[in-house]
Amino acid sequence: MTAVLEQPISSTGVERHARWVRISHWVLTLSLLTLAFTGFVILMAHPRLYWGEAGNDLTPALLELPISRNYKHGGWEKPTPIVSGSPELISANRTYDIFNQNGWGRSLHFLAAWWLVLPGAVYLLIGVGRGHFRAHIWPRVGELAPALVWRDVLDHMRFRIPMASGGPQYGLLQKCTYSLVVFVLAPLMIVSGLTMAPAVTAAFPFLLGLFGGYQSARTIHFFTFVGLLLFVTVHLVMVIKSGFRRQIRAITVGE
Amino acid sequence: MKTTGLITRRRAIITGFAAAGGLILTRFPKNLPPAYGNLLRMGDTLTYAAHRTLLPGQSLVKEFSPKDITSFPATGTTNPGVSEKSALGDAYRKAQSGSFADWRLMVEGRVARPRAFSLADLKQLPARTQITRHTCEEGWTAIGQWTGAPLSLVLDAVGLLPDARFVVFHSYDDWVDSIDLLDALHPQTILAYGMNGRDLPVPHGAPVRLRVERQLGYKSMKYLHRIVVTNEFDDGGKKGNIQNGWAWYTGI
Repeated sequence: MTAVLEQPISSTGVERHARWVRISHWVLTLSLLTLAFTGFVILMAHPRLYWGEAGNDLTPALLELPISRNYKHGGWEKPTPIVSGSPELISANRTYDIFNQNGWGRSLHFLAAWWLVLPGAVYLLIGVGRGHFRAHIWPRVGELAPALVWRDVLDHMRFRIPMASGGPQYGLLQKCTYSLVVFVLAPLMIVSGLTMAPAVTAAFPFLLGLFGGYQSARTIHFFTFVGLLLFVTVHLVMVIKSGFRRQIRAITVGE
Repeated sequence: MKTTGLITRRRAIITGFAAAGGLILTRFPKNLPPAYGNLLRMGDTLTYAAHRTLLPGQSLVKEFSPKDITSFPATGTTNPGVSEKSALGDAYRKAQSGSFADWRLMVEGRVARPRAFSLADLKQLPARTQITRHTCEEGWTAIGQWTGAPLSLVLDAVGLLPDARFVVFHSYDDWVDSIDLLDALHPQTILAYGMNGRDLPVPHGAPVRLRVERQLGYKSMKYLHRIVVTNEFDDGGKKGNIQNGWAWYTGI
């Protein structure tokens, strides 16, 4: 196993993360920021969430978000029935000029997704190959004793955050959170996203079964994004509370 | 111990890369859409090439049962006879006033026997009915039943020439779009004249619309009047997606 930590290298004694960790951190950060921004723009075009396979302005929504002028716009002509014997199934012509920037929004989203998937795969391969996940990210079984977890929770709630060393080792909740993001939230984001691609689900129909349909996958995609947003917020607060200058140096130039 | 005859790690990796390389070389599309130097369109092209290289060729989309049919919004053009202030709009109004009896679909280009199909001609071909999910780029979906002539049978009738590569569609709302032969010959790609057991309504593209089920809704063009088979990529110029800032391939 190759050492992941570059041992103290500077006159100030600050450690820093391995180069591959620093590079992948910033590539993935840039990609995630672009994905979050364009994802929001895409959601603005149709700010309604549903469950199941189908959902549109003529069917009830699970949740409607007041994030664009399209929110409950009501610009529809008189509906007409479209199936004999089922008057509740209707069609209506849209008269409202909706907000829609998906021409660039969608394409930029997918371009950024390539920059999540390919560097993300490289990150995972190096992380496994160098034992980074085993040594620093996965919590050890012994660490997960309820008393230890509870103490770390209390420490965080009281904002008793130890000053960072400028790299691993990580705290217990920190390890759990990083594991959740790398091995649960990020894969869930990618797979629920792919489930919205009609060519992909034609090839792999089990994806629709896994999520319970296209609109379910879209809703899960959104709430996973909310989860990642929560992570980024807490991550930034922790970076500040644990010594901002040292932390930023450790993930960039060191010294 | 001698290592001869063993599968070494190095040999396995080299074989793996060679196999992957062979797969990419044979399946990578030869004609790519133009990107006009636009980074976003290059990303679209990457997605298209990746799908064509990595996904199986003719897998079918999920089909539903009649009880799954939902309400269906009509967006974009909902009546070219009203919205098109041009000869195309006039022609549509005239065809509509005669219940589309005089409507013709011209099929030409790189084909052996170009011809004009009437609605009756299309209905004489073995029909396909499918209940599928329409997926709009905006984010909504709707499930509808479509009945029509498989595009592959129409193309068989006119006889594709060996150099045919793309199928280009022209509509009464003055739009031009194209699909590659893989999508054109897909079993679920149909020229639909029926929706939910009735004639296709005007807001949904009467008399005939395209259904391309493995791509987003906007590829399933409404109000067709002309189909041209080409041997090279045609983006439709100012009347097509790419030059209007939209992805040409929307399997994602």
